[in-house]
Amino acid sequence: MKLLVCIKQVPDMESRFKVNDGGDWFADADLAYRMNEYDEYAVEQAVRLKEQLGDTADVTVLCIGPDRVVEAIKKALAMGCDRGVHVPDAAVHLKDPWQVASAIAAFAQGKGFDLIFTGMQSQDRGSAQVGVTVAELLGYSCASTVVGFDYGAGAVTARRELEGGVKAVVRMPLPALATCQLGLNEPRYPTLPNIMKAKKKEIVTVPMGELLKEEPVATTTRFYPPAKKGGGVVLEGDVGDLADRLLGILKEKTTVLR
Amino acid sequence: MKALLVCEYRDGKLLDSSYELLAFAERLGADSAMVLIGDAANAPRYGGKVYLAHVAIYGEYNPDLHKQLILAAVARENPDYIIFQHSSYGWDLAPRVAAKLRLAQVSEVVGIDGDGFEVGCCNAKMRRTVRPATARAVITIQTGAFTPQSEPHGSPAVEMLDVAGSGSVEFIGYEPAEEKDIDLGKAEVIVSAGRGIGKKENVPVIAALARAFGGELGASRPVVDAGWVEHSHQVGTTGQTVSPKLYVACGISGAIQHLAGMKKSDFIVAINKDKDAPIGEVADVLVVADVMPFAQALTARLQK
Ligand SMILES: Cc1cc2nc3c(=O)[nH]c(=O)nc-3n(C[C@H](O)[C@H](O)[C@H](O)COP(=O)(O)OP(=O)(O)OC[C@H]3O[C@@H](n4cnc5c(N)ncnc54)[C@H](O)[C@@H]3O)c2cc1C
Repeated sequence: MKLLVCIKQVPDMESRFKVNDGGDWFADADLAYRMNEYDEYAVEQAVRLKEQLGDTADVTVLCIGPDRVVEAIKKALAMGCDRGVHVPDAAVHLKDPWQVASAIAAFAQGKGFDLIFTGMQSQDRGSAQVGVTVAELLGYSCASTVVGFDYGAGAVTARRELEGGVKAVVRMPLPALATCQLGLNEPRYPTLPNIMKAKKKEIVTVPMGELLKEEPVATTTRFYPPAKKGGGVVLEGDVGDLADRLLGILKEKTTVLR
Repeated sequence: MKALLVCEYRDGKLLDSSYELLAFAERLGADSAMVLIGDAANAPRYGGKVYLAHVAIYGEYNPDLHKQLILAAVARENPDYIIFQHSSYGWDLAPRVAAKLRLAQVSEVVGIDGDGFEVGCCNAKMRRTVRPATARAVITIQTGAFTPQSEPHGSPAVEMLDVAGSGSVEFIGYEPAEEKDIDLGKAEVIVSAGRGIGKKENVPVIAALARAFGGELGASRPVVDAGWVEHSHQVGTTGQTVSPKLYVACGISGAIQHLAGMKKSDFIVAINKDKDAPIGEVADVLVVADVMPFAQALTARLQK
C-alpha cells in the first residue's frame, strides 16, 4: 500500500510575529520553525498504518517550502516515513491554498497513493482547505477533522470530531484522504537510532514549476496584529507583588473572595 | 449582490448558528437565499427563499451528495458568495464546493475590511486581510463573530432540490460526548490549565489554586489530549462552554476554539509569560509571569 503524508513547517506559535516588508506576511528573521502540530498526527497515523500492514506499506512525506523545511521532512523520516519529497519554494507563503493543493494533487496524480494524510489545518494560516481540496482534485473520498482512524478490509473507518465533543463515525473506500485533528494519536518522539537511520533515507527534490500550473484565486493584502480592545489591565513585576495586586483587583471587581 | 447561505442541521434540528450566516449577509449588504438539507418542519424562520433537500434521502452527513445539492442551488441562484459556518460541517464542505467551481475560498472570516475579508492567523495572534481574485467566492465565517441583530422571523418560500447518486463516504452514526463527571457550568470560579503549565506533574498545583478559590479545574485541549486532565474538564468548542464569575487561564494562549468556550465569563484573569498572547484580548487582567511560581504564590495568599 502506498501512503502519502503532506506536512508544513510553521513558526513556533509562541514567537513574536513581526510584519514583513511587503506587509502581507510575517518577517522570517528570528523565528524558530517546527512541524505543523496537526501534521505530526498525520505522520504518526501513516507510520502506525505502516506498522499494522508490515513491509508492504511505503510512506512518502512531502513538504513544500524553502530549504529550512528539509528539517521537518527529516523529522518525519525519523518518525518512520520511508522517503521524502521536497518541493523547494521560497515564496510558498504567497501561494494560496488552491495553488498548494493543486501542486500536491499534481504530484500525487498517477502515482497510485491509496491513502493520503494531511493535518486538518496549518497553525499559521489556518485555512483548513488544502487537504480536502487535494482529495477533491484527485477524486478521492475524504474525511476531515479525524480523531479516530482504523483501516481494515479495504476501507477506512474514521471518527470525525464535531462540536461539543460529539463524533461522527464514517466509513470510506480507498483511495482516500484523511485530515488529522489534534488528539488523533500520540505522535512519537524520534529516537536517536531512528534519527541516524533517517539520514540514509532518500529525499528527492521536485521543482514547484513542474507541479504548479494554477494562478492564485485569493491574495493576502495585509498582515497585522489584531486591534487591542483595551480595558484589560496588564500586570508585570515580581511574583509575590503580582499576586497581591491581583487579589486587590479581584476584591474590588468581583464577588468571589467575599 | 447575492449570497447563498448554507444552513446546518444536526440530530434532527436546524442549528441556530445558521442565523449567523444571515447576520453576515446583512453586514455584506447582500440579498440572501438559504439552502438546507433538513426537513420542512425545521425550516429556518426566514422570509426569503430556502432551497430544501430532504434529510431523509440525503442524510445529515454525506459530503458528496450535499456538495451536489449545494451546486444545484448555486446553479439556480447564481450567488456572488456561498457562505458556510467555519464548523465541522462547513470546513468539510466549503473546499469541495470551491474546488468544483474553481472559486476562491476565504476561511473563518471575522470581519469585512474594504474589499477583502479579515481572518485570524498564527493561532489568533495575528490577522490577515484576504481578497478573492475570482468574481464569486466561497466564505466560511467564524462561529460567534456575526450575531443576528434581531429575532429571526418569517416563513420561507421553499423550493425543493434533488440530485441523483450515492456518495463515497458512508455515515454510520454519532458518538455522543463523553459522560461528564463534573459540571463546569455550575462553578462560580474556574481555574484552567493550559500547555504553558509544562507538564502533567504541575496539574495538582493548578488544581490547588482552583480549590483555594472554591472553584473547579478546567483545561485547554492539548492538556486533555495529552492525558493530563480528563476530557470532562475541557473548555472550548469541542468541550464545555462556561461563564463563571471568575475564569483564570493558566498558560493558555487564547486560541479561538478556547475563547469560544469561556469569553462570556464575568471576569477573566490570564497568566501568561507572553504579553502578546491572544488571551489578552479577552482578559480583564493579564498577569505577565511564569505560571507555576505565580500560581503557588497566589494559592498561598488565598489559603491565609
Ligand atoms: C476544530 C478544533 C477544535 C478545538 N477545540 C478546542 C477546545 O474545545 N478547547 C481548547 O482549549 N482548544 C481547542 N482547540 C485547540 C486550539 O486551537 C489550541 O490549539 C489550544 O486551545 C491551545 O491550548 P493552550 O493554549 O493550552 O496551548 P498553547 O497554544 O500551546 O499555549 C500555551 C501558552 O502558554 C504560555 N506559556 C508557556 N510557558 C509558560 C510559562 N512558564 N508561564 C506562563 N505561560 C506560559 C505560552 O506563552 C502560550 O501562550 C481546537 C482546535 C480545533 C482545530
